[in-house]
Amino acid sequence: MTDVANPIPAFADTAEALLELHFIARADRLKLIRGSIRATARMCGFDDGTAQNIVLAVDEACQNVIVHGYGELADGAVVLGLFRCDGGILVRLRDFAPRVDPATVKPRALNDVRPGQLGSHFIREIMDTVEFRPAPEGQGNLLEMTKQIGAPQ
Amino acid sequence: MTKSGKQKSAPSIVRLSGSVDLEHAPDVRRRLLDAVAQGANVLVDLSAASYIDSSGIACLVEALQKARSEGTDLCLVAISMQARRVLELARLDMVFPIHDDIAAATAAGA
Repeated sequence: MTDVANPIPAFADTAEALLELHFIARADRLKLIRGSIRATARMCGFDDGTAQNIVLAVDEACQNVIVHGYGELADGAVVLGLFRCDGGILVRLRDFAPRVDPATVKPRALNDVRPGQLGSHFIREIMDTVEFRPAPEGQGNLLEMTKQIGAPQ
Repeated sequence: MTKSGKQKSAPSIVRLSGSVDLEHAPDVRRRLLDAVAQGANVLVDLSAASYIDSSGIACLVEALQKARSEGTDLCLVAISMQARRVLELARLDMVFPIHDDIAAATAAGA
């Protein structure tokens, strides 16, 4: 595994770190993290329906790392950081896969009904902001997402 | 009666449970396509499905398209609030026929 010491950089004073999960990029690990994401979103003050939506958005972001980021590269490291900040939640997802060009991460048109490519749409539909940040040490990817309490779904 | 004039077959029922997600998508896809291949309408009972993600939705869309290309249909039955939200997010809640239970789906001609 890649060295994941200090994988997520420090935050502004207003962000309270609630949870940091380290896991291997495998599909069977996702169910282990979903419950924690939901509980953390509830702790941040989201209602259960919105918390479930946040679970879906974060789960889909993790899937993108597993399927498109690491792909055939087995056992890549993933670090998920969850923070309470400014009346909402901040999610940071760190991986050590080849760099992603954000321009290539686009949802498909929804009137084109066909299997696949819905994950990025779910993420952008549910979260208020979705942004790739410069990864520490220039290695891998750092995806940052936020959701405010009371923001439209 | 079907288009071919044969007696309409009883629908195939596929019961999905637990997480219909990336981990289980290969198995879900196989079960759905096997059901479609039987040549009757397919009812997908999601009453015991606790979670569905884009991978699960992709399996359902593929099976729906396969069914319709072969002159049958695929209906969703007893979907949870979480599944309904996901379908709505994907704008697919108007694409799939959705019924409260198997009896309602059957009564509607599925």
